[in-house]
Amino acid sequence: MAFRYDIRLSGSGGQGIILMGIILAEAIGIYDGRYVAQTQSYGPEARGGSSKAEVVVSDRQIDYPKALQLDLLVAMNQKSCDDYYMDLKPDGILIVDSTLVRQVPVSRAYRIPFTRIAREELNREMVANIVGLGAIARLTPIVSAKAIESAVLGRVPKGTEKLNRDALQAGMKAAQKMKKIKFPEMTSELVDEDT
Amino acid sequence: MKKKALKELLLQGNEAVVEGALRAGCRFFAGYPITPATEISEQLSVRLPQVDGTFIQMEDEIASLGAVIGASLAGVKSMTATSGPGFSLMQENLGFAIIAEVPCVIVNAMRGGPSTGLPTSPAQSDVMQARWGTHGDHPIIVLCPSTVRECFDLTIKAFNYSEKYRIPVILLIDEVVAHMREKITIADDETIDIVNRVKPTVPPEWYIPFEDTPRGVPPMADFGEGYRYHVTGLTHDVRGFPTSRPDEVDAFIRRLFRKVSQNFADFQIGEHYHIDDAEVAIIAYGCVARSARRAVADCRDKGIKAGMLKLNTIWPFMRTDVEKVLRQAKVVIVPEMNMGQISREVKRVNKGSAKIFTINRVDGTIITPQEIMGRIKEVF
Repeated sequence: MAFRYDIRLSGSGGQGIILMGIILAEAIGIYDGRYVAQTQSYGPEARGGSSKAEVVVSDRQIDYPKALQLDLLVAMNQKSCDDYYMDLKPDGILIVDSTLVRQVPVSRAYRIPFTRIAREELNREMVANIVGLGAIARLTPIVSAKAIESAVLGRVPKGTEKLNRDALQAGMKAAQKMKKIKFPEMTSELVDEDT
Repeated sequence: MKKKALKELLLQGNEAVVEGALRAGCRFFAGYPITPATEISEQLSVRLPQVDGTFIQMEDEIASLGAVIGASLAGVKSMTATSGPGFSLMQENLGFAIIAEVPCVIVNAMRGGPSTGLPTSPAQSDVMQARWGTHGDHPIIVLCPSTVRECFDLTIKAFNYSEKYRIPVILLIDEVVAHMREKITIADDETIDIVNRVKPTVPPEWYIPFEDTPRGVPPMADFGEGYRYHVTGLTHDVRGFPTSRPDEVDAFIRRLFRKVSQNFADFQIGEHYHIDDAEVAIIAYGCVARSARRAVADCRDKGIKAGMLKLNTIWPFMRTDVEKVLRQAKVVIVPEMNMGQISREVKRVNKGSAKIFTINRVDGTIITPQEIMGRIKEVF
């Protein structure tokens, strides 16, 4: 079976979820050199409403482009956390923005206040998504710090490079302080990504 | 050896359409923004002026295709992009482009319908509209990509067919593929076949604008080049003037059809995936072909002989390839995001040799590989 890593980034419209997905896909696909497919789904509203971006990573051409069972779920609000945590694999990683996600349904989750960090440390709530990307680079094996930095700087508007680099660093720093979550060893029959 | 000119890009389906269009030589775009096709307008509004092209945002989709037809008559490769609601408005001018034999490319990024429907959700429900949406008996060419790479390649093909056969070509994308980003590599010096319309070689006074040729495609003069001729939506004679003489009308309509039918083999673009020994065959297109591919791989892992025929050409219907699959497989499954538009065609050409089952999904979400697997287990 080919290697496949399914990521879902979720939150509400206006939080920059889709940009987050694009940057993550670019980091993994272009700078780390793997196959990626990034899809998105959102409502007709300009802001508010649900928004999600998915990135599928593989070592070969990707067939089904949407996430199946999640290796990584990032929830930037309560609703998306509630809606999607059931799709996580037993050893899937859940990262939540603890500013907005008050109740985390599983004990094995990383709680990092992306929005509060963006607001208080960087004075721009807007960059909460970039803070989140910093945390992803530290907490998951799927993307390198170098790739994510190149991808962020390649996608953000001119003149905001410093702000975004700081946001990325802040996210990495916050993630660094987290205690690594250990997953129990699993028997091989359970590792079936399709069921 | 490979040059450094290889560019690896993370592109959306829509952005790949733009790249393909520019490579194919498109230099005019008129359109009206609509989800999920807006990115095509957005990008071309930036890119076209950089290559001496023209971008116009029109007041609506009727005018958009009107402008595209005008630009093409003047000799410029032209296109527009829209979604279902806009595609409905374009049907009138689509017929005009067919009868006046004006090359152009129309992208329809399909969303849920009818009417305003589901603006941000995928569907494949415009398959029959693309075929028969405009009134009158007419041929049409419709292509359907399922990867970002195919968005690029098929856009170029669309321009080539439209120029070669003087016919509008429709690129039918679904929202998933239009908005999906994948890595594609475009070499700067990539050898891409580009076809341009045949122009008259006779002096202007000898030019007969709609005269039959062995290929059925008359040479096309640019407006303003000195070749004066009449363009009309009325059924016309070889000189372009309205006629209702049965012999002329019959010859004209038959020539329109012959352009496509006698070159049928030229339009067969598809992909065979594990189809050679397949006992269960899936016939799919667009984003659903990706789910089908996954389902086939999973079936093979479990020892089920499954295969897929992916249709990149939707119209003219790839009956030669489909018939082969129907003769060989015991069971054929046609999954699609509508109530059964291509499955209807598959059943039409079946003649009882295979059992055909459908999977129809109309809730604005993509058919999953598990759904296809489930159906296979149910019926096979």
